[in-house]
Amino acid sequence: MKKIEALLKPYQLDPVKAALYDVGLLPGVTSTELRGYVSGVAERAEYRGVVQIVDLLPRIKIEIIAHDDLVDRIVETIQKVARSGRPDDGEIWIGPVAEVVRIRTGEIDEAALA
Amino acid sequence: MTVRSKSRWMGLAAGAALVLGLGGVLPRAALAQDAAPAAPEPAAAAPAAPQLPAYFSSTNDPAKPSWPDPTGGASGIWATPAGDGKGDVPDQLKPTDLYDRIAHNLISINFVWALVTGFLVMFMQAGFMLVETGLCRAKNASHTSAMNFMIYPLGCLGFWIYGFAIGWGNWWNGPVPPGWYASLGPGLAVLNHGWGLGAASDAAGTLTGAFKYGIIGLKGFFLNPSVGDVGVMTIFFFMMVFMDTTATIPTGAMAERWAWRNFVIYGLWIALPYCIYANWVWGGGWLAQAGVNWGLGHGAVDFAGSGVVHSMGGIIALAGAIVVGPRIGKYDKQGKPQPIPGHNIPIVVLGTFILAFGWFGFNPGSTLAGTDLRISFVVVNTLLASITGALGAMVALEIKGLKHDPSMLCNGMLAGLVAITAPCAFVSPWAGAAIGAIAGVVVVYSVLFFEKAGVDDCVGAISVHGVCGLWGVLSVGIFANGDYGAGWNGVVRDEMVKLYGSDGVRGLLYGDFSQFLAQSLDCVVVAVFGFAMAYVWFKVSDLITPIRVAPEVELEGLDIPEVGAPGYPDFAIRTVGGAHHVMSQE
Repeated sequence: MKKIEALLKPYQLDPVKAALYDVGLLPGVTSTELRGYVSGVAERAEYRGVVQIVDLLPRIKIEIIAHDDLVDRIVETIQKVARSGRPDDGEIWIGPVAEVVRIRTGEIDEAALA
Repeated sequence: MTVRSKSRWMGLAAGAALVLGLGGVLPRAALAQDAAPAAPEPAAAAPAAPQLPAYFSSTNDPAKPSWPDPTGGASGIWATPAGDGKGDVPDQLKPTDLYDRIAHNLISINFVWALVTGFLVMFMQAGFMLVETGLCRAKNASHTSAMNFMIYPLGCLGFWIYGFAIGWGNWWNGPVPPGWYASLGPGLAVLNHGWGLGAASDAAGTLTGAFKYGIIGLKGFFLNPSVGDVGVMTIFFFMMVFMDTTATIPTGAMAERWAWRNFVIYGLWIALPYCIYANWVWGGGWLAQAGVNWGLGHGAVDFAGSGVVHSMGGIIALAGAIVVGPRIGKYDKQGKPQPIPGHNIPIVVLGTFILAFGWFGFNPGSTLAGTDLRISFVVVNTLLASITGALGAMVALEIKGLKHDPSMLCNGMLAGLVAITAPCAFVSPWAGAAIGAIAGVVVVYSVLFFEKAGVDDCVGAISVHGVCGLWGVLSVGIFANGDYGAGWNGVVRDEMVKLYGSDGVRGLLYGDFSQFLAQSLDCVVVAVFGFAMAYVWFKVSDLITPIRVAPEVELEGLDIPEVGAPGYPDFAIRTVGGAHHVMSQE
């Protein structure tokens, strides 16, 4: 099993979620609001006459735990929907997951993902 | 609101006929009615010719004019120290001296009332800001708040420069009942220059300044010295805060995608349609004259502005929402509306309470007279309509099987308040409750209707103010019970006086169908005029500076790109120094 973490622009959450759901690739998703730094991209805010360069930009991170076979298709779908060509489109991190336990039933690993 | 609240004059009708019988003392009022009411019988009955003091008859001495009066010295006599130099020792004062002092107090009470209720209406700007910001997303909070804030200065600027003059410049020449005097003192007589169709002349053939069909006023631009009068200042302030209420309504419907610069020029323009239409209904223009000209009841009757303020605002909001288009993501590919929830419901509720509080200035203040005790009925009607509005919305949601959404309940209360704004002085409490309840139900269905129709209204402004405002205007023609408003807009019909003892404002349920026709005409005019003016303006303004922000700006949030400061900076803004290898800094 792999954990896929995708850092998206906030307004891409709904399209990405809808696309994954449409192709049946959404076993489950957790989302977090956070801020992320992207090299070369920043906002210029002005506060009471003083300019501030804001380089920690709003992001939403979604985390999906999926079977190894599904990982490529999930990543491909996310990229297709969330790519806009701008440098702050985001990133996807994929890493291994040792164990998954469903709280309600106690099922482990693949059974917990079903 | 209209300054012509006349029920207190029923008892003075005889005295009024006496005054008119003096011939030429009030040529303006005589012209306002086609038949000369200067009845010969009272003049024959009166041995002497009693004269009303100048501050009630508003007759200026051409050699030494008393107004425009910038200090209030022409409205009766200040007491202690006495403004007439006669001292304040009671047993040395004559009855006329006492009368002068009492009159000054009467006018003073009216001033204080109009000004303090105006302060409450100004505070409604805060209510609007809270409601609209709470119903928008957090990424647009700073921009939405800024629009609601700056509309106050921008709208006021337009009103000061040209709006007041257009709306009220010829106010003195509007139709009024016999024996009427201005509650805010005699100086309002300086508002006597305008333009219209059918210029009236007096017996000698000189133009009087009145028109058969008043269109606009033309006096008082920049509040210049020719209108530098204490009464004019009061009515200017009171009307200004009403105009700002209209001005802030479209900012709700068009939020989250309206470009800041386009909004700024809108703020300077809004006084134009508002004041032209206000002249027609409140400034003595042709809609108010529809009673004396065409026999339509008392002409268009709108006590505190369901039509003038709220319908106009809601219809401008409709035109703006259509021109600016729906938000990205509001409608999916099949055109089905998607919910875009607001980010702070508690401030929506707080804002609604502030608006409900401010409405206790909006409606009763429109008597422009603290001495007009009808204000208590106005307050009770306002209160009952507000609560039945909220309850009506709750019932409507229940019928539709929806949960009792707080923002919809708040819209319901506001709908009730909007709807009672026109009829508040003229209806019984049960009718006030009914008008509010119907508005509360209507607003729920209206919000869903406009959403399905493809008009994206972030806060329901079109439904609350436009639709329920029109309902309020119509309800005057249905529920007005004749208790109040005798002689409104100069209409005194003999058959009504014979049937009911006085010709108060009454609707079709109480025997005057023509009033309902007048109200219907009023509704049609505000809808057509308001929509046409606003639609043309928004299209033209789009050519001056784009009305809608770029899609990337809309998706990221308007706060930083449009107004520079985010609404909720959190921790990210506080980093000092920032990225040094990024965009070029100053």
